[in-house]
Amino acid sequence: MTLDGPTLATFRRRAFDLRIDNLDAIASAQSGHPGGTLSAMDLLQTLFFLEMRHRPAEPHWADRDRFVLSKGHAVPALYTVLAHAGYFSRELLPTLRHLGSPLQGHPADFLLPGIEASTGSLGQGFSIGIGMALASKLDGDKFRTYVMIGDGESQEGQIWEAAMSAPKFGLDNLCVILDHNKIQLDGSVVEIMNIEPFADKMRAFNWNVLTIDGHDYPQIAGAFAEARAAKGKPTFIVAQTIKGKGVSFMEGKVAWHGVAPNKEQLAAAVAELRAAQALVKEAA
Amino acid sequence: MAGDGTPAGLASRDVILTVASRDVIPGVASRDAFGDALARLGETHPEVVVLDADLAESTRSRKFAKKFPERFFDMGIAEANMLGVAAGLSLAGKIPFCCSFACFITGRFDQVKMSICYSATNVRIVGSHCGVAIGEDGYSQMGLEDIALMRTLPTMSVIQPADDLETVGAVEYLLAHKGPAFLRTTRQKLDRVNKDGYVFQFGKGVTLVDGNDLTIVATGGTVGPAVKAAALLAKDGLSVRVINIHTIKPIDVELLAKAARETKRILTIEDHQITGGLGGAVCEALAEREPVRIRRHGIPDVFGESGTPEALYAHFKLDAPGIAAVARDFVG
Repeated sequence: MTLDGPTLATFRRRAFDLRIDNLDAIASAQSGHPGGTLSAMDLLQTLFFLEMRHRPAEPHWADRDRFVLSKGHAVPALYTVLAHAGYFSRELLPTLRHLGSPLQGHPADFLLPGIEASTGSLGQGFSIGIGMALASKLDGDKFRTYVMIGDGESQEGQIWEAAMSAPKFGLDNLCVILDHNKIQLDGSVVEIMNIEPFADKMRAFNWNVLTIDGHDYPQIAGAFAEARAAKGKPTFIVAQTIKGKGVSFMEGKVAWHGVAPNKEQLAAAVAELRAAQALVKEAA
Repeated sequence: MAGDGTPAGLASRDVILTVASRDVIPGVASRDAFGDALARLGETHPEVVVLDADLAESTRSRKFAKKFPERFFDMGIAEANMLGVAAGLSLAGKIPFCCSFACFITGRFDQVKMSICYSATNVRIVGSHCGVAIGEDGYSQMGLEDIALMRTLPTMSVIQPADDLETVGAVEYLLAHKGPAFLRTTRQKLDRVNKDGYVFQFGKGVTLVDGNDLTIVATGGTVGPAVKAAALLAKDGLSVRVINIHTIKPIDVELLAKAARETKRILTIEDHQITGGLGGAVCEALAEREPVRIRRHGIPDVFGESGTPEALYAHFKLDAPGIAAVARDFVG
């Protein structure tokens, strides 16, 4: 699939449906991390509806591309995208974080098709993705591996162990995306423990580094295509994003890192997203 | 500080300094048996991959690395990443053997827990240099808490072979085992306690010596000394049973319960902290099944320290005379 006019229009409309279902699930759980799900959503939609080779009806297809959500707390966004892609029913989404649900608060690969790794203890998914990419290289490079990390997560030492190791093995089948929303639980990333200049750091670690707007679909798609074309080096995409993207009272707010919206807040968020979606439809 | 001026937890000086001579110990270290077996089995098992963290020479994964360089990954001195990469390799269908010193694995417990066990991967963690028996390098390099930690993790199995035959059997077994496993290997050479043709049975203890007055339950490098201790005790007229527990999790409750019923006393021997190690595992199993008097003998909630392996085994009473003395005191 290419990101032609009609596809792009569909992506822009779906972006609102995904955000609404995601917030609805978090509200149903009355716990979760809205900010980091909304910042990651456009990247995730592009991965699962455009970039990755995968078969929702055959989730264990051996040659499928792998996606590892290293910033595991954003998993409601991934659940939502997987449901919309056809891995399981959307009706499961409101069971998020409820006792007995396969939709655990953080990803559990053995409970749900489409979840490739169990994460949530930050820093670990990056390494797991490298292992998958190494396995692919050993077996004739039949699939690519995508990993999404957070910027707060990048304060973990293991992120830098992983960053050192992937270029050593020439993993050009690996693409790591930084959801750079600049806010973590206790405050802004710059204030808590500055990780800048991130792109420079990754270049110094011998990665192919791209910087994009993580909410601009053509830019996202272009970066993934560039990553696929790059040979001999893994690609690192610094995706500049907005925490809470799409809901004005959540955007850029530390308070919305890890708090679920109540009924009224959910209604306000959904109303705003529907109104914005209507404008996009009109423009199309 | 302890009363004699040594740091709390360390042995007093005079005990250490009385042991000087160094006997040549026969046998094969389980790390060597492991390295040889892995390099051999790599030929018939292309799904086996090996990772190490700059200790390939010490863990003996080097033998595999030389033979199959494309399936060997030196991850540098970065164990957390190594464990995660191993998990990813397993999730994509490989059987990774992930090697380091046992003590450096326990330092990355969260990665073992989350990346390896929670997903029930097929990663085999090989923790070498276990126990005070590594000697001169001292406490920072000694795996003394690994059994206790690994045992708490759901899906994880814990294996510690007592000699070269058992090590080869364990490595062969692990090719087909489902789920994660921890294999504890030694730097020191081990007496052979099993006979030629030995068949490794996962989860089954091995009765090496029969007896009725006391059962010594030992694991790994202390099994050889335990067997010798039983011979010393026999001269005193004590009939001692010796059980080798190579699979510490899941432990052979049936065999232990039978021994408890028949000999009434259990003495556990291990080169590991007695808290949570083999001693802890045996107590947990028998307290619920066949409560009898148990004495746990091993590293008694203190740190290890530098010395020759022989001096340390004498100091901690893990050599044959030491184990025999502890047994006499227990039966007393």
